[in-house]
Amino acid sequence: MKPFTYERATSVADAAKASADPSVRLLAGGTNLLDLMKLQIETPARIVDIGRLPLKDITETPDGGLRIGALATSTAIASDPVVRARYPLIARALLSGASVQLRNKATAAGNLMQRTRCAYFYDTTKPCNRRIPGSGCSAIGGHSRADGILGTSAACIAVHPSDLAVALTALDAHVETTNGQGTVRTLPVADLHRLPGASPHLETDLAPGQIITAITVPPAPPGEQIFRKVRDRASFAFALISVAASGPRYALGGVAMKPWRASASEAVLAAGGDVDEAVAAELSQARGHGHGEYKIPLAKRLLGAVIRQSRGDAA
Amino acid sequence: MRKESAVSATSDLCVHGLAGLHVGGGPALTQVIDIELIVNGRLTSLSLDPRVTLLDALREHLNLTGTKKGCDQGQCGACTVLVNGMRINSCLSLAAMHDGQAITTIEGIAPGENELHHIQAAFIERDAFQCGYCTPGQIVSAVAMLDELAAGQPSQAAEDLSAAPVLTDAELRERMSGNLCRCSAYPHIFAAIRDVAGA
Repeated sequence: MKPFTYERATSVADAAKASADPSVRLLAGGTNLLDLMKLQIETPARIVDIGRLPLKDITETPDGGLRIGALATSTAIASDPVVRARYPLIARALLSGASVQLRNKATAAGNLMQRTRCAYFYDTTKPCNRRIPGSGCSAIGGHSRADGILGTSAACIAVHPSDLAVALTALDAHVETTNGQGTVRTLPVADLHRLPGASPHLETDLAPGQIITAITVPPAPPGEQIFRKVRDRASFAFALISVAASGPRYALGGVAMKPWRASASEAVLAAGGDVDEAVAAELSQARGHGHGEYKIPLAKRLLGAVIRQSRGDAA
Repeated sequence: MRKESAVSATSDLCVHGLAGLHVGGGPALTQVIDIELIVNGRLTSLSLDPRVTLLDALREHLNLTGTKKGCDQGQCGACTVLVNGMRINSCLSLAAMHDGQAITTIEGIAPGENELHHIQAAFIERDAFQCGYCTPGQIVSAVAMLDELAAGQPSQAAEDLSAAPVLTDAELRERMSGNLCRCSAYPHIFAAIRDVAGA
């Protein structure tokens, strides 16, 4: 790790103010940031530890929804009785990822803010536009089997690795943010991350100094909640493809640099179209960039299977 | 009580190649942090470079070398310790983050000086290791896993997330998936934990 100074944030406002400085990184669970710092992909001059700020509560909201503090751990969320009973999708998504050791530290906001696991983002001997803007994309034409098939660009084909984000997108959840002046703003989880375009290093729509304080989840729609994840091994692996369903709403993971709401599929189904049409509508634009071609039929089958299951159709 | 100087903190980091930055008169450290950890029940004071991980603080500063450094990336579980009773990867945590917290390592897992924890005894009985490098992490992890089970924490192996978990074979494998064994002593590790947990 490059040298840095360490301090502990004493208030949310102070943490937000500090984070406006590009040489500052906020440290919560640290399970992604410290790994990146060891590899010198992240080289902050100043670490502000927010781990002890009072943002850990998981509470029911008056509208029948849920508010998850930014610093609630994966374990705390997945073990919460309300989450398990009313939002099993959230619990399933979290429990499908990482190990218990990591879930005991990793936080809700940290999960959303984690960086891509594209092998070339981690390989500092190779070009990567996300790591070094303008240096090129090694995944295009390289070993890209874990990379994206939707919303990619000529500059980057990485995917966002969060399972939680996929579940929250199917649930129409929002992130609640604040800045150093105390201005509270919310935005849909589905709009938090940016597609790479020509500037893959710009990863979210958060302004400098704007930090996530909570995730708010509206009451779940009637209908089954489903999370299915295909990966290289049965446990402790990132999704190759995942699909979340919350009643009539669907989202895909492992396909893009953001959780991918299957709006086109939902529109076809709402208009009375069949499952195959709905799946084709979402994935007709998919591109596999060589090694990722297998993801297209995989995503089609998994989305189709989850839609059928959620509608009670025979598989 | 043990105090390390900033100088030895620097040299430790160099010796182990973690920073690779201060060899031969490189830039001076900008910060030394004073922290207190309660390690295996004993209050311990340390002065550290903020880069020192909890794992390196235990191994290199407190000479508690039972906790192992495997991948140093949070993937293998060899560095598993308990923080306030919860298992974490000590390699992916800064020591400074744990100021004032209670750390339990493999050295402190037994109930007394001349006793073994049931899990430790079962590992010996079942010959649940080959090279032994992952063993401390496996044992600490298994101890925590049984506590999590008793507390009713769910895993992805559960059919019903709201039901009290039962340690089926699938549950046991899932709950221990954060600890890898390159010798693949899994059948015996599994048997040892099963002996303690009950069928």
